[in-house]
Amino acid sequence: MASEPMAAATRPKRPIRWHIAVFLAPAVLVYTAFMILPLAGTLQLSLFRNVEQHQVFVGLGNFRTLFGDPNWSVNFWNALRNNVWFFIIHMLVQNPIGILLAALLSSPRLRFAAFYRTAIFVPTILSFVIVGFAWKLILSPLWGVAPHLMDLVGLKSLFTPWLGKEEYALTALSLVSVWQFVGIPMMLIYAALLSIPDEVIEAAECDGITGLSQFWKIKLPLILPSIGIISILTFVGNFNAFDLIYTAQGALAGPNYSTDILGTFLYRAFFGFQLQVGDPNMGAAIATIMFLIILAGVCVYLFLVQTRLRRYQF
Amino acid sequence: MTTKLLTALLIGTSILGTTGMALADDVTLNIESWRGDDLSIWKDKLIPAFEAKNPGIKVVFAPSAPTEYDAALGAKLAAGSAGDLITCRPFDKSLELFKKGNLADISSLSGMENFSPVAKAAWQTDDGKSSFCVPMASVIHGFIYNKDAFDKLGLKVPTTRDEFFAVLDKIKADGTYIPMAMGTKDLWEAATMGYQNIGPNYWKGEDGRAALIKGEQKLTDKDWVAPYEELAKWKPYLGDGFEAQTYPDSQNLFTLGRAAIYPAGSWEIGLFNTQAQFKMGAFPPPVEKAGDTCYISDHTDIGMGLNAASKHSEEAKKFLSWVASPDFATIYANALPGFFSLNSSPVKMEDPLAQEFVSWRGKCKSTIRSTYQILSRGTPNLENETWVESANVINGTDTPEAAAKKLQTGLDSWYKPAK
Repeated sequence: MASEPMAAATRPKRPIRWHIAVFLAPAVLVYTAFMILPLAGTLQLSLFRNVEQHQVFVGLGNFRTLFGDPNWSVNFWNALRNNVWFFIIHMLVQNPIGILLAALLSSPRLRFAAFYRTAIFVPTILSFVIVGFAWKLILSPLWGVAPHLMDLVGLKSLFTPWLGKEEYALTALSLVSVWQFVGIPMMLIYAALLSIPDEVIEAAECDGITGLSQFWKIKLPLILPSIGIISILTFVGNFNAFDLIYTAQGALAGPNYSTDILGTFLYRAFFGFQLQVGDPNMGAAIATIMFLIILAGVCVYLFLVQTRLRRYQF
Repeated sequence: MTTKLLTALLIGTSILGTTGMALADDVTLNIESWRGDDLSIWKDKLIPAFEAKNPGIKVVFAPSAPTEYDAALGAKLAAGSAGDLITCRPFDKSLELFKKGNLADISSLSGMENFSPVAKAAWQTDDGKSSFCVPMASVIHGFIYNKDAFDKLGLKVPTTRDEFFAVLDKIKADGTYIPMAMGTKDLWEAATMGYQNIGPNYWKGEDGRAALIKGEQKLTDKDWVAPYEELAKWKPYLGDGFEAQTYPDSQNLFTLGRAAIYPAGSWEIGLFNTQAQFKMGAFPPPVEKAGDTCYISDHTDIGMGLNAASKHSEEAKKFLSWVASPDFATIYANALPGFFSLNSSPVKMEDPLAQEFVSWRGKCKSTIRSTYQILSRGTPNLENETWVESANVINGTDTPEAAAKKLQTGLDSWYKPAK
């Protein structure tokens, strides 16, 4: 230790190491004020109920209502089911496409790679409001380009007002969200692919592993940790999702609650909607359940998946 | 020591400074509202008219987006940063604010005597003892039609339901126009322009509404299911892909002249007058047989109250008294055709379409939307469920009976009418 001689010289009066606290303070303070306190506040709020304008402690009463009262539980399970479907579509469509795009982009023979990379990533930085509105217009049966384009290739009969049909609306919106966010897995995988050292690839080529089998046998195992990270990011993002549904379908998440996910359900409960008066306590209870779902998902990943992923040091 | 002195001095000057300013300056009143569309009317017509008569009071109209208004207002009231005057939603939203002590009791405000009890009902406690908002305007439901299209196809304005559907059939057979411009994407169109528009004729306006609140009638009764049966019949007359047609889409379809009939609320008049290039007319919801009493939804929609925490409550009360005066009613009703004054003294309006709407008050019986008073207090919320179910009925995903049963079951789960 460099400070050993000095510390020895001034042993009787050991200086308080202020710098540690000072350097930690900004992060700790900001994180506490904006993340930990609100979270604790939400958890606390979920244990109370407003009775005659007073907050009364009810223990787990709000959760009992949420799961026991069919007026709440039916909506909750519906929202959770929709949210799971939203997540499944992202896992099955967004991430494989992201990996595919990254693999194509990292191919040395591809021209204009930088252009494609930027173009595919741009929707990610667009506001939800723009994306929701633009897709509402594209898919509009009245003025949208979708029915017209499908007409040009003779597929007009396949067009239906997707966003207005119970059976398609959620899937359609999930795919819009996939369109918007496919750039993120693409970028992360692309970076992971680039970081694979050339020696490994060359060694594989010496052993006669090229083309597709090189991707499956050499590259994919090396980018698995990144895929794991992407999965967990998708999971957290999807179970926190709200904006796209709200901008495209409104807070009632129509038709017939078929696009209602936990975020919109929470919004209606917490802030109310039209004549429905907001109930912050029930809202906080839903938020707490969302927090627990996400926490459980992250824990499963951290303790069951990540520990089993093999990492390679180069 | 010096810093303390300095702070003290600074605080001192700041207090002195602000008091000085307050003395020199006029009192400024801020109005909270969701009616962003009305900004220019307030700025150019209403506020100058008030300020001219009341020197020393400045008024600022500060609207926020309709969908955010309630949440934003709640947050501002809690933080103490809300404006002095608060635009009131009808019924429970405002009643809740009053109970929380956010809105002041203005029962004794001068000018309140200009309103009938029905007009005041939307902003009173359930017992009718205290009022907390000045009624500003109501909106009337009906159908707006494209007069040019009707002339071209040789159609007569329908007065009975059979005539109504005959007209729709003719427009559909001709094929030039979409018979009716309405979509179910935004849900509320189906409920507000659909169910609440044609419903009063079936449930006999106030009689049915009061009976529902008393528990003497159920939503599953014939009178309440029948409007759904009629709505289900609307489906073939709506445009292609109406399931994904939004409210602005419907407005555009009609004002572009592509649709012949628009199930409307009178608030559309202002916009339609500026957008539509053809002549328009309006008719009330058709009745069953010619000569039947007609009922219209004349819904008290907007009022104005006083923030109980206002620092300038005297000036704000002056403003509210002015809002309650016939002067205000005349300017407001003419600047915003389609928002009809609730003032007892008759207001002269220039707009022919608005005159047509308001003339129904004379021949039909008025009522308000059935779900608004008392019945939307619990979970599930009857109004929201009515939106969802009305859209379901038109989409054909629920039968009228199933929709009515769902609504009544939801209502029964929390509402126990006083016996």
